[in-house]
Amino acid sequence: MTDTSMAPPGTGIRTFDYGSDEAQARVKRRYQAEARFKLYGLLAVLFAGAFVFVLLADIVRKGMPAFFEHRVVLTLDLDASLIDPTGRREIDALRNGDYNKIVMDAWRANFPEVTQRSERRRLEALVSSGAADDLRAAVIRDPALIGQKIRFPVLLSDDADLHFKGLSTRISTVPGAGALDVKVNGREVELSGSGQPFAAILADVKAGLLKDAERVGAELARLPASQQGGNNAALDARRAELTQKVADLRRRAGDAGSAETIDFSSMPSRIIRAEGASIRLQEIGPGSAKGFLLVAPQREMARLESWAIATFATPESNRKASDADISWLETLNARGAIEKAFSTRFFTSGDSREPELAGIRGALIGSALTLLVTLIVCLPLGVGAAVYLEEFAPKNRFTDVLEVNINNLAAVPSIVFGLLGLAMFLNFFGLPRSAPLVGGLVLALLVLPTIIIASRAALKAVPPSIKEAALGVGASHQQAIFHHVLPLAMPGIMTGTIIGMAHALGETAPLLMIGMVAFIVDIPQAITDPGTVLPVQIYLWSDLPEVAFQAKTAGAILVLLGFLFVMNGAAILLRRRFERRW
Amino acid sequence: MSFASPMIQEPASAPEPAVAAKVAARNVNVHYAEKHALKDVSVDIPARAVTSFIGPSGCGKSTFLRCINRMNDTIPICRVTGEITIDGKDIYDSRLDVVLLRARVGMVFQKPNPFPKSIYENVAYGPRLHGMARNKTELDEIVVNSLKRASLFEEVKDRLQESGTGLSGGQQQRLCIARAIAVSPEVILMDEPCSALDPIATAKIEELIDELRSNFTIVIVTHSMQQAARVSQRTAFFHLGALVEEGSTEQIFTNPKDKRTQDYITGRFG
Repeated sequence: MTDTSMAPPGTGIRTFDYGSDEAQARVKRRYQAEARFKLYGLLAVLFAGAFVFVLLADIVRKGMPAFFEHRVVLTLDLDASLIDPTGRREIDALRNGDYNKIVMDAWRANFPEVTQRSERRRLEALVSSGAADDLRAAVIRDPALIGQKIRFPVLLSDDADLHFKGLSTRISTVPGAGALDVKVNGREVELSGSGQPFAAILADVKAGLLKDAERVGAELARLPASQQGGNNAALDARRAELTQKVADLRRRAGDAGSAETIDFSSMPSRIIRAEGASIRLQEIGPGSAKGFLLVAPQREMARLESWAIATFATPESNRKASDADISWLETLNARGAIEKAFSTRFFTSGDSREPELAGIRGALIGSALTLLVTLIVCLPLGVGAAVYLEEFAPKNRFTDVLEVNINNLAAVPSIVFGLLGLAMFLNFFGLPRSAPLVGGLVLALLVLPTIIIASRAALKAVPPSIKEAALGVGASHQQAIFHHVLPLAMPGIMTGTIIGMAHALGETAPLLMIGMVAFIVDIPQAITDPGTVLPVQIYLWSDLPEVAFQAKTAGAILVLLGFLFVMNGAAILLRRRFERRW
Repeated sequence: MSFASPMIQEPASAPEPAVAAKVAARNVNVHYAEKHALKDVSVDIPARAVTSFIGPSGCGKSTFLRCINRMNDTIPICRVTGEITIDGKDIYDSRLDVVLLRARVGMVFQKPNPFPKSIYENVAYGPRLHGMARNKTELDEIVVNSLKRASLFEEVKDRLQESGTGLSGGQQQRLCIARAIAVSPEVILMDEPCSALDPIATAKIEELIDELRSNFTIVIVTHSMQQAARVSQRTAFFHLGALVEEGSTEQIFTNPKDKRTQDYITGRFG
């Protein structure tokens, strides 16, 4: 190494010692800089990967419930007098049959003790309003069923479905200790037993009271000392009220032996389960309790040897499914009547206000029709424009300006294209509102620059020698391009087109402007029917208050992502498969 | 390498013009935008002989070659003036169809450029385009004959449906020659046809050029003076866009009249 410093003298070439400490330090810094840069890159990739993973995992977790539905299998009596009183099996008559009564009769038969009007209405609300339509479809498909008794899966309502998906309340069940004597008076129940069977439950309730006392105490502490120029009397009254409440709660919690009345608006519900019955406890003492019979027992009960107590963690007034709802559903579940099944309905039905009936079929067909219009408009126009500009157009200032403008067009915000579509296609040409035809045309405007740019790049990538070869054997300019250059550019053009289509598939904003955002139940049959598209459907659902629509939203996002992955995958495959190196 | 290769021992002996000119150029000037690429070139190219254009890079020999089948028309900024005739007819006449001209004046390029299609399709493309075959049998005949004349048939007869781009470089170039002769041209222009090939493939192409001479008028641009000496009967030397000297190959290489020619062939510049 030291040899380098011994250049012959007088040659004018500066010598340099690459072995010096300074040079070594420089080498070390170079290695460090490189390692650091690699690390940054790796961290960036990991960071991005983690985000993608979290995003996907979250959507999958939220969306999976949308692909399943819960049904109750009932034995339905297809009474001919309700369905087809004339007996002629005419399709119109079959359509008008009272299927709802058949379903509801069978449903109510599970709980004969429910007689009160409001209670009955709650019970009936657990079955989806679409269940009768399912039955109607089944009977019309096979009229031979009329007069028979069939086992039929009846769709549950969204609240019932959510309960089985674990979204109503947390239920913890513990076995009860000791035998209970039962006194039933109508639906009022008195339970008692020796050895303080309810002591543990009571202690639990009192612990809850103590927690409430703390909560109220915190509220008290948050009250301002005085109000500026204001109503200090009301403030003092409120303070006195809360102080009293805290003291009251503390006293009740401290007195271990006293009985407690359950307040269903703030305390967890406690349900005794035994012999197929469900008893909601209203008043609990250490040795005895009073309750209400939500679900009647299978047989007469006077003494319960084994029982269990279920606690519904969320207070009843804070959830959509009432204690009775949950007890009915759990009873049926225990009888094995509830089935969980893949929800084909999600893919076969249109939008609905009832979450359990809503599906993405309408949006899927709408998207397909819209993309079809886009493709039919875009591909010939885009490729034609690209071929003309790349191969035929004279290169002058005008075509330069045109090229710059096409590139700029690709960067125009999509909502602007929506406004253009609204002004042009709807207001000027008077095309139908909300129609895939107009949506497709607007998206075509959006995608056209992408396709032109991709096609031009693909045409440019074909080596000129191919064109020269064709010209050399006497092909005209057009023949050379259409016989040789265009086919070779086709994989690139197709890749660009698919990516453009994927872009169009995910586009929402411009479609809002032309009215594809309407609530449309019917599945569009033609490009002029009103319809919506998948991303707009997602947007619509995400805005609805029902909890069940959250899962539908995530499920629809999964389907959309699936399509996008497939399309981009196809583009990549195409590129790999037909990519040519020259 | 000696210049006394057997090919030029049977010279197109007639010393200067006298031979029937297939292609005649008079005062040809070419401008690329502002650049004057070719200056007042006048030359006669004899029929059924090989004429080679030599000269340093950028001297205009390829530009002139591309004037003969009007390939320069595809370059928008290129302007050609002067007169080029084939069999006495002006090829820059506005009534002349340039596509038919290119069928009559075939071209082989520097880099082998077969179409990325089958060997058969490569050769059949031209005849099909011009309707030279009435049926499949005739087309097959043209393809086989062209491949045979290009000395390629024996090597590819079992794989005519395979891609032309799968052949070796030398085979690809012969395929391009087959493609060019399939449309029965009168003149074949070759733009440095061997520059991308190894010596063995080059030798084959040179042999082929010599065979083709009996049927076609061949013009070849080459950077290799040995190649010019081996394959051509007449040679033209270009320098800085001008035609410096033109004559029988033997005369150019043994007794050049111009100092610049002398310098170039002895390797003093270029």
